[in-house]
Amino acid sequence: MKHILALCLAVVTALALAAPAQAQNGPLRIEITEGTIEPMAYAVPDFVAETPGASEYAQQIARVVADDLTGTGLFREIPREAHISRITSFQSPVQFADWKAINALVLLTGAVSEEGGRVTLKFRVWDVFAGTELGQGMQFAATSDGWRRLAHKVADQVYSRLTGETGYFDSRVVFVSESGPKDERAKRLAIMDYDGANVQYLTDSRAIVLAPRFSPNGDRVLYTSYETGEPRVHVLNVGSVQSQILQSGGGVMSFAPRFSPDGSRVVYSVTSGSNTDIYMRDIASGATQQLTFTPAIETAPSFSPDGSRIVFESDRSGTQQLYVMPSGGGEATRISFGQGRYGTPVWSPRGDLIAFTKQNQGRFHIGVMRTDGSEERLLTASRLDEGPTWAPNGRVIMFSRETQGAQGTSSLYTVDVAGRKLTRVRTPDGASDPSWGPLQ
Amino acid sequence: MTYLSKALIIAAALGLAACTNGDRFGGEAGAGYGAGAGANGGIVPGSANDPASPAYFSQTVGDRVFFAVDQSTLSPEARATLDAQAQWLMTNNDFLAVIEGHADEQGTREYNIALGARRANATMEYLISKGVAANRLRFVSYGKERPVEICSEEACYAKNRRAVTVISMGLGS
Repeated sequence: MKHILALCLAVVTALALAAPAQAQNGPLRIEITEGTIEPMAYAVPDFVAETPGASEYAQQIARVVADDLTGTGLFREIPREAHISRITSFQSPVQFADWKAINALVLLTGAVSEEGGRVTLKFRVWDVFAGTELGQGMQFAATSDGWRRLAHKVADQVYSRLTGETGYFDSRVVFVSESGPKDERAKRLAIMDYDGANVQYLTDSRAIVLAPRFSPNGDRVLYTSYETGEPRVHVLNVGSVQSQILQSGGGVMSFAPRFSPDGSRVVYSVTSGSNTDIYMRDIASGATQQLTFTPAIETAPSFSPDGSRIVFESDRSGTQQLYVMPSGGGEATRISFGQGRYGTPVWSPRGDLIAFTKQNQGRFHIGVMRTDGSEERLLTASRLDEGPTWAPNGRVIMFSRETQGAQGTSSLYTVDVAGRKLTRVRTPDGASDPSWGPLQ
Repeated sequence: MTYLSKALIIAAALGLAACTNGDRFGGEAGAGYGAGAGANGGIVPGSANDPASPAYFSQTVGDRVFFAVDQSTLSPEARATLDAQAQWLMTNNDFLAVIEGHADEQGTREYNIALGARRANATMEYLISKGVAANRLRFVSYGKERPVEICSEEACYAKNRRAVTVISMGLGS
């Protein structure tokens, strides 16, 4: 299951010699929060292969880094055909004039070596117009099958240096892989890199499985399975791929689970008769507590990142709406007041926003609002969008979109919180219910 | 071909037919009906014209009721179907039933599981109110996971918003 990746990280101190001490006109920086932005132009020539076996890695790693960066919508790659200079040595001085001439603001250089099944990568980021290095050169190493992670690590560094925020590329997503026609759809739990690479399956398709949710550190996955005939919350250990039923208390049907931010508790829904309420269970002690008590449908609970509050959906007003309550239960405050129905709320890991699914006039939207319900913003629109999950840095949302009709299939998409860049995530089969894991 | 061998062929065919629904009725039920084939004056036991068969229940009594968008209220038509279901269940005491609740695809996944449960529960409670023993009934919701119609139009959605009473043999029979 796991990437065997002994990741070593070392500052390449010898590279720092060129950095001048004098102040620039402020660091090269792109602000993520602005509504519309001009993507920052950058160049990534193929990395230098320093050993005979490294040339393919050198090329492919540079491509994955570029895909990561361009995929954000914040950066624009200057095509390699336009490059004037070639980087043939990692140590030689950069010819800044050649990169200025093609209007690259940022240049990324790197070198790769391969020896005994290990790939070592070093890279530097340059502010072309200032003629200086951005941050320090770094080196990462991994076993050869973990080479994509090296690329994501580099992209995370570049993203972080240029935005001032943590990246999200070296992360994984657990989701439901779908195949077969709509009325006989087979569903399997699967895990993949955030960009759709390295898909691995965690369950077979004998029972319907729904809505997996990563634990905060990515070691476990909660999901709902019909293996026993009824929907029941299960916990799966990602390392051993062993799963067991989470004893839920209350009724027979349990679903919509999610971990607390410290991973010690689970919130979920239990159905008893016609009533669905939210429960919380401490995994170690088994102590179970009912958090909602209305005769309405209460489901899709999600903790605030500090663990103090829970956002959930309820139709106690007559239609699905969003509510926030203390994490120990108690009085809930409605936060959604726009037109239509609101469901599947998910608290941002930054704590600032709540993502949701909205249904209005036959359309589905993924949207975000502040945690008091203000400043609602719809990021997508389609016939069926649902189930948002946050990137670990809280800047991007992944969700499912199902196409129309008898041949309709489900796919995963990402959209940034400003709604600028909608991207389909390539998966081998249909895919739904993504849950984005932590930065590794 | 003799009458007996004909009956055996029919019996074999019935056994196969039951097997295609094996997850619902189980192989034993099929074999049971097949064994008695031809002994009942023209009505083939287990077939849709045997009033004591699950096939008769689903085809003639009607195994499903339908709901309005986002509702779990039983319509007059639904009540009429459930009256007949209750009568059948009380006549055929060897059978148990699982009521499967479903929603159309126009809704979020979790909510639809809860909504399907409401529909199945409303159906089950109605059957109990008409005299069916509660310990013969249970329900499960599939939300929007198992549509029977797959177009993305109201004509299909209306058939997917349903509660289906699925008959199975009781343990004691």
